[in-house]
Amino acid sequence: MISKEKTAELEAIAIKLRKHVVEMTCAAASGHPGGSLSAADIITVLYFHQLRKDPKDPHWAERDRFVMSKGHAAPILYAALAEAGYFPVDYLKTLRRIGSSLQGHVDMLSLPGVEMSTGSLGQGLSAANGMALAYHLDKKAGRIYCLLGDGECQEGQVWEAAMTAAHYKLDNLTAIVDHNKFQIDGPVEKIKSLTPFADKWRAFGWHVLLCDGHKIEAIADALEKAEKTKGRPTMIIADTVKGKGVSFMEASPLDFHGKAPTEEEKDKALEELCRREKK
Amino acid sequence: MVATRDAYGLALAEIGKENPNVVVLDADLKVSTKTSGFAQAFPERFFDMGVAEQDMISTAAGLAAAGKIVFASTFAVFGSGRAWDQVRVSVAYTRLNVKIAVTHAGITTGEDGASHQANEDIAIMRALPNMTVIVPSDSVETDKVIREAVKFYGPMYIRLSRPKTPVIHDNPNYEFKIGKGEVMRAGSDATIFACGLMVSLALDAAELLAKEGVKARVVNLHTIKPLDTELIVNCAKETGAVVTAEEHSILGGLGGAVAEVLVENAPVPLARVGIKDTFGESGTPDELLAKYGLTPEEIVHAVRAVIKRKK
Repeated sequence: MISKEKTAELEAIAIKLRKHVVEMTCAAASGHPGGSLSAADIITVLYFHQLRKDPKDPHWAERDRFVMSKGHAAPILYAALAEAGYFPVDYLKTLRRIGSSLQGHVDMLSLPGVEMSTGSLGQGLSAANGMALAYHLDKKAGRIYCLLGDGECQEGQVWEAAMTAAHYKLDNLTAIVDHNKFQIDGPVEKIKSLTPFADKWRAFGWHVLLCDGHKIEAIADALEKAEKTKGRPTMIIADTVKGKGVSFMEASPLDFHGKAPTEEEKDKALEELCRREKK
Repeated sequence: MVATRDAYGLALAEIGKENPNVVVLDADLKVSTKTSGFAQAFPERFFDMGVAEQDMISTAAGLAAAGKIVFASTFAVFGSGRAWDQVRVSVAYTRLNVKIAVTHAGITTGEDGASHQANEDIAIMRALPNMTVIVPSDSVETDKVIREAVKFYGPMYIRLSRPKTPVIHDNPNYEFKIGKGEVMRAGSDATIFACGLMVSLALDAAELLAKEGVKARVVNLHTIKPLDTELIVNCAKETGAVVTAEEHSILGGLGGAVAEVLVENAPVPLARVGIKDTFGESGTPDELLAKYGLTPEEIVHAVRAVIKRKK
């Protein structure tokens, strides 16, 4: 169980990361704020509570590894890496600028701390499986984490990887779906239904947990349960809201999938986030 | 006569003993690709990914990211085409240590027909940044290539064949170097650049040409990328005419690569022997090689033609 103090600390960090996402995407005048904000609490718990890592030694051999399979949510990962000390927070404003390590979709070669380059959806879970297989072979204690989008689960490769993880009993792997229920063209259920989503993962041999993807304690609790599960991989389906934390983005999630806030929208969003911060 | 896929399987099983960090993945074809020897000897380091080539390639990337030297094998059509985006993003973009060692390349896959004959794989693999592309000419060279691949850090596409082919390297001390072509026969009238099983046919062609007094130089260009530009330019300048021979489409493969170098550096008459922008069909390897113009005679015609075009 996570303490009240730690929960409050993480909630404050999550707001800080959300502010970075709004500022970075506005400065870049492009990027994906909606799916970054929906993942903010998950990423916060991972990077400031769960992952065993050393930002001063990003290649530490025994570390836990995180694969951002929904590579377009790069801004939220960059915000977390900066706040965790992988690089200066000030560098966040170079998002998507020419020459920057903060590529539009995450690139492991240009930015230490990024464990796998992604962007073409559906590949991250397979890569996470590969890392988990290697850790099993080497008898390493570290765990592998992977974050997928719900729309991403329309990719066939995700289900190939789902079979692989169950077949090889990868209990050192925790996957999380940021289930924000929207993809570029509309609601996921309307574009191509995933229902019954949890049952699909169960049928593929996974231990499935459902949690509120915006409740710090619920996320932390699910990650802890996953860690204790033996003999099979765990999928945490995190119920989230696209654009979470910025009410006008929550109200029109399709407008903020791959579109950055304007200056005016940025100010409005920051004002709202600052109000929450003071509460 | 030994198939390059057999040499691959033997080399892999030996390397498994020497290097515990080597792991092998296959996609339900271990008996055909010859990874079965490694699988039997080192079951804990062999992963059969089932009929899921895309998953196999990205999984290979994950294993490599965690420090493993990974060989991923399937048929050439699947390792290149079916999983091209996975090769592009998970392996090439990341510059991870994954060796995509594919068998059943080209038209000599034979009876399985067009769906299984990769005649485009060199073109689509060499277009990828960070990718090294190697087409061994025989079993002796294949053994050297696999051993070099283990020492070399980075993505590599190794193209192997199904049928038994002549062993053209009789010197076991032959030194294989990635990116350095091998002059296999001297000659001053024209140069034949070949790769894979076409090197043997190019040597036969040079023998036929010698009987009519034409001295054809034969170069084994096993590495399509990075290409031995210096050797190509020197040969073009010294012999004044060039023929390429590959068991692949004449579009974008060895012929395309050599043409790019010649046009920019040493324009000389060029003819490309290969599959002429068409799909194959079922048949025995020998029947198909004959029908699709991959013969010593075809190379001879091409050499005569380029020599005629010399100024």
